[in-house]
Amino acid sequence: MDKFTKLKSTAIPLSIENVDTDQIIPARFLKATSREGFGENLFRDWRYNKEGSANNDFILNNTIYQGSILVAGDNFGCGSSREHAAWAIHDYGFKVVVSSFFADIFKGNALNNGVLPVQVSPEYLEELFSEIEKDPNTQIEVDLEAEKITLLSTGSSTNFEINSYKKTCLINGYDDIDFLISNKAEIEKFENTKA
Amino acid sequence: MKKTLFDKVWDAHVVKEIQDGPQILYIDKHLIHEVTSPQAFGELEQRGIPVFRPDQIVATADHNTPTIDQHLPVKDVLSRNQLTQLTKNCEKNNITLYGLGHKYNGIVHVMAPELGITQPGMTMVCGDSHTSTHGAFGTIAFGIGTSQVAQVFASQSLLLQKPKSLRVSVNGKLKPGVLPKDVILYVIAKLGTNAGTGYFCEYAGNVFKDMSMEGRMTVCNMSIEMGARGGMIAPDETTFDYIKGRKFAPKGDEFDKKVAYWKTLPTDEGATFDKEYHFDAADIEPMITYGTNPGMGIKITENIPIENNASFEKSLAYMNFEKGQSLIDQKINYVFIGSCTNSRIEDFRVAASFVKGKKKANNVTAWFVPGSQQVAQQIVEEGLKEVFEEAGFKLRQPGCSACLAMNDDKIPEGEYCVSTSNRNFEGRQGQGSRTILASPLVAAATAIEGKIIDITKQLN
Repeated sequence: MDKFTKLKSTAIPLSIENVDTDQIIPARFLKATSREGFGENLFRDWRYNKEGSANNDFILNNTIYQGSILVAGDNFGCGSSREHAAWAIHDYGFKVVVSSFFADIFKGNALNNGVLPVQVSPEYLEELFSEIEKDPNTQIEVDLEAEKITLLSTGSSTNFEINSYKKTCLINGYDDIDFLISNKAEIEKFENTKA
Repeated sequence: MKKTLFDKVWDAHVVKEIQDGPQILYIDKHLIHEVTSPQAFGELEQRGIPVFRPDQIVATADHNTPTIDQHLPVKDVLSRNQLTQLTKNCEKNNITLYGLGHKYNGIVHVMAPELGITQPGMTMVCGDSHTSTHGAFGTIAFGIGTSQVAQVFASQSLLLQKPKSLRVSVNGKLKPGVLPKDVILYVIAKLGTNAGTGYFCEYAGNVFKDMSMEGRMTVCNMSIEMGARGGMIAPDETTFDYIKGRKFAPKGDEFDKKVAYWKTLPTDEGATFDKEYHFDAADIEPMITYGTNPGMGIKITENIPIENNASFEKSLAYMNFEKGQSLIDQKINYVFIGSCTNSRIEDFRVAASFVKGKKKANNVTAWFVPGSQQVAQQIVEEGLKEVFEEAGFKLRQPGCSACLAMNDDKIPEGEYCVSTSNRNFEGRQGQGSRTILASPLVAAATAIEGKIIDITKQLN
C-alpha cells in the first residue's frame, strides 16, 4: 500500500451530495479480475456522454481543475461495498477525498488502499468549495501526522479525525493482513475455546 | 451489565483488543461470489498466503449470471471469465461452490439462509453490502470490501472498531397491503440514507416479531440503505422453526443445545442504545421512491415533496419528475420482481395472489427472477408458475439480474422500472434507467395495470 504523510495539491470540487458507488464506478465495469485500470471509468456516466464523448459539463473534464484531492458533497461513497470504487479513485490519481460525511464501507476501503478520507464540518466544506471556485489554483495541504487540513490561500485550517491504528498503517504503508497473520496463534486459541 | 443482542454476539467473537485501536473480530462464515473475490484470491496468491479456513467459506455465482439459458456457456466474455476464475479459485482452495446450474445456486443472501448456513449468534461477512440480510436471524452480518475479503481468507478474522448501537422500534398494527418492504422504505424515508452510518441497527417491536423470516430478511437487507453496516432482529421461535431441518442446520441434540444458546441472545431489558427511533405501524402505507436514493420515498398516495436544493433537483431531473407531482397513473413499461431484497417464495406468493385471474398490461416487460434454484422450484410446486404464465408473465432463472444489471437484464435508457430491488441510484438498472423501488405487491399491480395505481383503494 502507498504511504501517506503530507500532501499539497490543488483540488477538484464535486459539489454533489450522496455520491454513491454506482456513480463512482458503474456495475458493468466490475467484471475485471485485477485491481488496475478502474480510473479510466471513474464517474463514467457523468464523465462521458452515451456515445463516449467527454461530457464537458462534468467537473473532471474541466481542465481548470486539477489535482490529487477530490472535494465532494455530503455522504460520499454510499451504496455498495465494491472496493472498485476506491480503486478507481486511487487509479485516477486521487490521494485524498474531502467530504462532510463518508459512508462506512467506502471509508474503510479507501483507507485500505492508501486513499485518505478527510471528514470536515459542513461549514469548512463550503469554505473549500467557495475558495476553489474563486481560484482553481488554490493550494490545499493535508497533513496526516498533524491531522490537519489547511487552505493555503487563506490559512484557514481545521483538524480531522482518524483512528491511531489506521494512521500508523497509512504513514508506514502497512495493511491489515500482515497484522492479522501475526496474531494467528491467538486466533487459533480463540477457535479452540469456542469449539 | 445489560447487553444488547449486538453486544452479546460481538463480544463473543472478539479475539483480541488492540490498545487505542480496533479489535480482532472472529468471523464464523464467509460468503463469496464472482465479482468481489478474484482480486482477494489474487492478493493471497501473490503474497504466498494460504486460505486459513476454507471449510468456513461458501461460494455462489450470482452477480453477473444470465437469467435465461443458464445451461449454455455464458455469452459475455468478461462475465464468463469471472465465473471461470471463481470455479478455479474454489477448486484450488477447497472451497464449496454452488455454481451456475447447481440445485443450491442462487443469490448469496437467498441461498445461504435457505441452506441453514445462516444461524443466530454468528458473525458472517461477504463482499456485498446487502450481507446485512442475514441479521434477520440475530446474526452479525455485514458487507466488506475486497481487501477485507483477503483478510478473512488469510485469518478468518477482521480488524474492526466496534460500531455504535441503534434501535428502530415499530409497534402497532400494519394496514392491509403494507409489506415488510414498505416498512423499511418508510423507515429509510423518515431517517435518511446516512442516519445509520457508524451504527449497527436492531429492529424491535411487534411488527418485526410478527414477521416471517422472509419479511425480516427484506427489512435487514436494506439496513445499508440508511447507512447502517448491519441490522439485526432477535431470534425467536419463528427463527428456530425456519432453521430446523435445513441442510446445514444443527441436528438432534445439537440443535436443542443451540436453541438454548440462541434464546439467551435477545437484548436484555434495560440495555441502552446510542440512538433510538420509534414508529407507529398505523402510519405506514404502501411506499414508492421518486428519486435517486432509497431515502427519497413517499407513500404511494403522496405527492413528491417540494425541496429547494441542488442535489434534490438534480435527482428529480434525472427521474424526469416535478416537485409536488403525484406518481399515481404514471405509465410504467418495466417491472422487476427479484433481488436479494424481494425474491423469496413469500414475495412470489404475494405477486401471484394479485395477478391471479388478471392479465399483464401490453406495454409492460416484466422480469420475475427467483432468488435461488430452490425458490424457483417452490414456485413450480406451489402452482405459482401457472398463475404467472396464465397472466402472461414468464419466470426467469435465479440471479441478481436487473437489480444491478451486470448481466443482460438492463432497463433501457429513460425508461421507468418499478422494482422490488434495493437501490434506485442513477443508472443502477442500466445506463439512463429510472428506478422506482416498491414492494412485490405494488410491482405486481404495476405490471397488470401498466401504470402506478393507488393500491390502497383495491385493498380497503
